[in-house]
Amino acid sequence: MESPTKPISYLDYKGEYKGILGWIFSTDHKRVGLLYLYTMLAFFSVGAILGLLMKIQLIAPGYTIMGPQTYNSLFTLHGIIMIFIIVVPGLPAVFGNFFLPIMIGAKDVAFPRINLLSWWLYAVGILIVLTSQFMGDGPPDTGWTFYAPYSFQTATNVLPAVFGAFVMGFSSILTGINFVVTIHRMRAPGMTWFKMPLFPWTLYGTAWIQILATPVIGITLLLIIAERTLGIGFFDPALGGDPILYQHLFWIYSHPAVYIMILPAMGVISEIIPVFSKKTIFGYKAIVLSTMAIAFVGYFVWGHHMFTSGMSGRALFAFSFLTFLVAIPSAIKVFNWVSTMHKGSLDLQTPFYWAVSFLFVFMIGGLTGLVLGSLATNVHLHDTHFVVAHFHFIVFGGTGFAFMGAVHYWFPKMFGRMYDANWANLGWGIFFIGFLALYLPMFYLGIMGMPRRYYDYLPEFHGGNIFSSLGAIVLIAGLMIIFINLVRSARHGTKISEKNPWGGTTLEWQVDTPPTLENFEEIPTITGKPYDYN
Amino acid sequence: MIEHRDDQGAKLGMWLFIFTELLLFGMLFVVYAVYRSMHPEAFRIAGEELDVTLGTINTVILLISSMTAAMSITAIQKGNKKLCLQLLGITILIAVIFLVNKYFEWGAKFEYGFYPGSPELHELGYGTILFFGLYFFMTGVHALHIIIGIGLFIYVALQVKKDKIHQTDHVWLENTGLYWHLVDLIWIFLFPLFYLIH
Repeated sequence: MESPTKPISYLDYKGEYKGILGWIFSTDHKRVGLLYLYTMLAFFSVGAILGLLMKIQLIAPGYTIMGPQTYNSLFTLHGIIMIFIIVVPGLPAVFGNFFLPIMIGAKDVAFPRINLLSWWLYAVGILIVLTSQFMGDGPPDTGWTFYAPYSFQTATNVLPAVFGAFVMGFSSILTGINFVVTIHRMRAPGMTWFKMPLFPWTLYGTAWIQILATPVIGITLLLIIAERTLGIGFFDPALGGDPILYQHLFWIYSHPAVYIMILPAMGVISEIIPVFSKKTIFGYKAIVLSTMAIAFVGYFVWGHHMFTSGMSGRALFAFSFLTFLVAIPSAIKVFNWVSTMHKGSLDLQTPFYWAVSFLFVFMIGGLTGLVLGSLATNVHLHDTHFVVAHFHFIVFGGTGFAFMGAVHYWFPKMFGRMYDANWANLGWGIFFIGFLALYLPMFYLGIMGMPRRYYDYLPEFHGGNIFSSLGAIVLIAGLMIIFINLVRSARHGTKISEKNPWGGTTLEWQVDTPPTLENFEEIPTITGKPYDYN
Repeated sequence: MIEHRDDQGAKLGMWLFIFTELLLFGMLFVVYAVYRSMHPEAFRIAGEELDVTLGTINTVILLISSMTAAMSITAIQKGNKKLCLQLLGITILIAVIFLVNKYFEWGAKFEYGFYPGSPELHELGYGTILFFGLYFFMTGVHALHIIIGIGLFIYVALQVKKDKIHQTDHVWLENTGLYWHLVDLIWIFLFPLFYLIH
């Protein structure tokens, strides 16, 4: 140890390696978090542009800018990028890595080297997925779900896409294990379970889902690979296999994966709302328990993706009932957040705008989920644009809005610079309007019977689609304002060294801005509860 | 800077990882259960094609290797480096023998035309195709774990040799042992499901 000097910021620290190597070989949890952030922003831009291209194709019936095969490969790639590269790792990988250790008073995660390894696996997984676009017989056209039997019958290049997703699953498991051990073993003295802030709590629930569900998709994807290369026949009716079994295995993971996406988003919202309401969170324990309840019940609802695939009547009934059950803890949280704001002294800043609009879109997404969870309505709406609108309200509206809120909330702490609030608010407003214009008409189109995943539609759907496509353009405009503002501010924004610009009460607001290499020169002892504004 | 060290945390991490492995194989057991219940008769007949003697030998030696792995941990805890290395050597040797047996077993099946996608298998009907598909896939994934285990034991043995793993710091060895018991445990389930149930 050197002689005591002023502790150095993690951004200025000069380690063994210089330049970019100092990032991709750094085991510092903060740098790993930023590596994830940069990777995700790059691929999110690609995914968003793919989405825009699809919406432009749908602005009029028939061939607009692409034919059916191109459209099929576009929605496949859009899905793979947005699901496997962005929202599944999403908040835990970026903000979990950066803030989990700080919020529980630790110097790093439990296994820093495994943490870096998980980013590398993630990056390698992405590269493997990308090769599917340029090699073999054209980009995959199966959709991100790789449904059997088409996924082993299509001539397109499905193998690398599936294998890349498998490798990324490995990365997700390692992050999950790392977080569970970190939370169990490294909380600061005095931080009992019920003195832990809510974002770490949701990361804890998420990490368990990552551990318990991801192996299932791992083996399922391996089976698809074996099916394509060896013809083992598990999912091939011609060899005695059952394609419905594939759907079961796939959704046993992929439904809990929805909670991997949304739980940390709920955690972020639970951080932002008390800080900008200047009020203690309402019902801390209710939020914690509902988090764990969602993580638990979320395992037993996968069948609601398969109501029309063929299941016994009893199974249909059970899955529908459990789907309604899982809505209850989600609703409890919404009541908690609204009650926290009640009679608070609201501080209208950018993160708060994102949090409040999250409540709005999350509620629409959640309630339409119940429409789909009801057996009778599901038969009518299955595989229509209603479904597309519903999950975009949850995944993009829920997780995406929380992600934006998190970026704007923690940005000053991460970079030691402040963004331009006026541009940020303007970007939020345009984005929000674009979002609603893009997805709300899809509910209507779905109810009228427009199916998903077609490049073409009947003339009577034209009006709704024009509206939706214009919404997509507005949304992209808002996104550009937000991104340009953030990137510019990360490099040239006004420097701040204030520890606590928002008046937060959790530990990350008590360390230096930007945090020092070790986060804490001395590990703090926790006495009070988080969110104490009295 | 003092390296953060937390043996209990490292073992907790390993147990969680073992949990994920159990789920991975667990789903394969589900697939097995589904298809066995659909084709009980074909599975029974196909199971008689497997070589119970070779399977039993592999089960016994794998159990012995788990014992030697556990003993190597006790040896290092007592500070007996030489004994520890010898026991690790035996463990690795047994793992290799297991794979050699597997190679001959698989080879014999290939000769009879029992492999995924073979025309002979195709004539025998759905149940037999699925049985051998499951047999090759599940024992194949298991063999992959054996190979990874061999790699881990070689790494650990080198670390013991270099005194990086020693009496007071041996969590790597313990975790590798845990992993090896898992691989053993999976085989304990695979063996009766394929070879013994008639």
